[in-house]
Amino acid sequence: MTYLSPLIGLTLALIAGAIMFAVLGKPPLGALYAYFIEPVSEMWSVHELLIKAAPLILMGAGLCVCYQSNNWNIGAEGQMIMGGMAGSILPVLFPHFSGPFVLPLMLVMGVLGGMAYAAIPALLKTKFRTNEILTSLMLVYIAQLFLDWTVRGPWRNPEGMNFPETRRFDEFARIGEMIPADGRANYGFVIAIVVALLIWVLMAKTMKGFQVKVIGASPRAAKFAGFDAKKMVFFAFLLAGATAGLAGIVEVAGATGQLRPTISPGYGFTAIIVAFLGRLNPIGAIIAGLVLALTFLGGEAAQISLGVSDKVARVFQGLILFFVLACDTLILYRIRLVGSKVLQKGAA
Amino acid sequence: MDQGEVLLKLEGISKYYGSFKANDQISLEILPGEIHALLGENGAGKSTLVKMLYGSLQPDEGRIIWEGHEAHVPNPAAARELGVGMVFQHFSLFDALTVAENIALALPPGKSLKQVAKELEEVSTSYGLPLKATARIHDLSVGERQRVEIVRCLLQHPKLIIMDEPTSVLTPQEAEDLFKVLRRLSEEGKAILYISHKLAEVQALCQEATILRHGKVVGECVPADETPISLAKMMVGSDIHEISPRDVPVANGEVLLQVKSLSLEGLSGFDTALKDVSLMLHAGEISGIAGIAGNGQNELFDAVSGERLSENDSVLIKGKPVGQLGIQKRRKLGAMYISEERLGHAAVPEFSLSENVILTRHGLEKSLDKGPFVSRGAARKVKDEIVDKFDVRKGSADPTAMSLSGGNLQKFVLGREVMGNAEIIVVNQPTWGVDAGSAAHIRQTLVDLAAKGAAILVISQDLDELFEVADAIATLSEGRLSAFVPTRSTDRHKIGLQMTSGTHEHA
Repeated sequence: MTYLSPLIGLTLALIAGAIMFAVLGKPPLGALYAYFIEPVSEMWSVHELLIKAAPLILMGAGLCVCYQSNNWNIGAEGQMIMGGMAGSILPVLFPHFSGPFVLPLMLVMGVLGGMAYAAIPALLKTKFRTNEILTSLMLVYIAQLFLDWTVRGPWRNPEGMNFPETRRFDEFARIGEMIPADGRANYGFVIAIVVALLIWVLMAKTMKGFQVKVIGASPRAAKFAGFDAKKMVFFAFLLAGATAGLAGIVEVAGATGQLRPTISPGYGFTAIIVAFLGRLNPIGAIIAGLVLALTFLGGEAAQISLGVSDKVARVFQGLILFFVLACDTLILYRIRLVGSKVLQKGAA
Repeated sequence: MDQGEVLLKLEGISKYYGSFKANDQISLEILPGEIHALLGENGAGKSTLVKMLYGSLQPDEGRIIWEGHEAHVPNPAAARELGVGMVFQHFSLFDALTVAENIALALPPGKSLKQVAKELEEVSTSYGLPLKATARIHDLSVGERQRVEIVRCLLQHPKLIIMDEPTSVLTPQEAEDLFKVLRRLSEEGKAILYISHKLAEVQALCQEATILRHGKVVGECVPADETPISLAKMMVGSDIHEISPRDVPVANGEVLLQVKSLSLEGLSGFDTALKDVSLMLHAGEISGIAGIAGNGQNELFDAVSGERLSENDSVLIKGKPVGQLGIQKRRKLGAMYISEERLGHAAVPEFSLSENVILTRHGLEKSLDKGPFVSRGAARKVKDEIVDKFDVRKGSADPTAMSLSGGNLQKFVLGREVMGNAEIIVVNQPTWGVDAGSAAHIRQTLVDLAAKGAAILVISQDLDELFEVADAIATLSEGRLSAFVPTRSTDRHKIGLQMTSGTHEHA
């Protein structure tokens, strides 16, 4: 049933989407086709799909570990931004420091940036017992504004006609394209798959992964086993932060080639859906990452071919999460309606 | 017998799981006000039968006749409506909620929390089961949780109360108090279906007994007319295994575990603080700590195990101060721990047995750790060894911990902890909710380990158990530990008094 639930959820989201299109006055089936099938019928747009899937898979896989250990990191978006910025320090501030060693350094710095930013909510949680959902989320807004300020201010391209963007990265600071003849997809997608597989190995085969699962399933038993819950908070946040930071620099050094005031259309939030749709399993996150990348792509396509707002993409993502969580709940629990007196009791 | 006054009649009740007959043509009758014992070993089909009465399972054959009319019990709510109440062996309470909230959840809607709190405090004081309505369940001891279950059941005004092993966590005095409550209920006309392995109390309390074996009724009797041995024979189908004592009582071997003036504040207002607790465990000896639930047993266990750290020299293993060492480091020094709660503490309920092997054997069993990797194959092998050696009965090759019966899971947990070189064993309530056969097996294992030179600390509320296995007994009362006295020179009555009065006998 665990694996059936996301399929039922997706189906229900499609049905609800069809109804939505019908209400908007579009032919429902045609609209769904334009949204979900047409974008992947051409090679170049399959490439676009892979570009969008890479950060989703990376962050989704990292969040699987976080959520399995009961650490609710909602701030992958901010960690991704900080990773993208940290990774961009070399090509932006030291453009002449160039060579084949630059890209690996940038990736490492991206990872470190994401980790450092994720360490903040972890520290607050362990030291002051603050709620990590709130702190990690609020840090997203700080990261977004910091990026915006930096790109418009100190890091603005001196030769860029005052556009709010940094220098364009040179050849050595870019992630190469896989099949340039067909489309833009870069090796970032390969990095994402490899990282997701590594995290799967971590969870399924190692002692650390076992710890994560025990702490998530039964904190008291974890204590009995001598597993340190505080260290786990850091491990989970740093791992998720590392994947988010990597996603950030992969996006910047791969798809865009420079920093702009926004580098993500909300990948970090969508990655939460990826983690749940993928059953908190890193391999599941690969599949779910591709599915949700399609909702972004479809949203762009639908703007053009259907003339609807690209907010439709967000609606679909919301519907998918809603129905998957609803299926999980309804598979495990039976809902019964009882009289209104119960409510009064709660109020008393 | 006048048919009209029978409260509950079961006729040919059967329940099949595939070809396995969990219940096979069971019939019994219960009169109003009768205390009726249901006896049987683990797996005899008691739980299955009770679940059908309580509506959480449906019989495949047979009829349930309630007050002369055939009744269908599709769910527990329907059972409660009929007037069947149940006190569970494994408590079904929400840890994070208060006593009043837990009870309100089980009652039909329409009463305010305040009303419920008032009623529950009235009922609990009138029956001598003191409870605080605003206390949270996770702060309560096992004994207190049981009170919540009983009071919750009573507030539903049942005509039949099913009690599953109610005294397994009580002191003799507490049990005696419970019996008073039960007898009073019986006088008020409420029938009680009493499930227990403790034959003596069945004899003292119950007017009728039905004995199950392998899903069938194998006997009905008036317990008072039987002897414990004859009851046990019917139940087990053969002579029950008696604990064979060690040949040589070891007099003060080497001190393996020492606790020195340990004081610990309670973690919350409901915890019991430990006050200046000192004890010494000698090689080859079993020391018992008696006490009523909630007098500091869990706190002492946590401090000795290292789940809670204390001053470094307040706990010593083989002379080495370990107060600041975590539980796994203490295990490495040869100390093993078996906690009171099996599910969710000693084992992760939804994990398989082999995964639960890894839980406490990591870093100890060389074959399990392959660098950063865990060898699941090795874990399965260890699991198989434990299962063979400790006679753990299970349904599939590697089932989840929560699918095992209490007795079998406890045997597994015990086996897991004592497989290696366990020199020190600290066990909290070793046979709580465990069937007679498994309990005997577990006690025998402890006695045998002591004979091989292990130092064993048994914290238990079951005085019979302590007198059966322990060489010396002390009592824990309000966080203070009395001096140990040799078991031979004391008796149940003295220890029982110490447990309740909290007075110290400085011998």
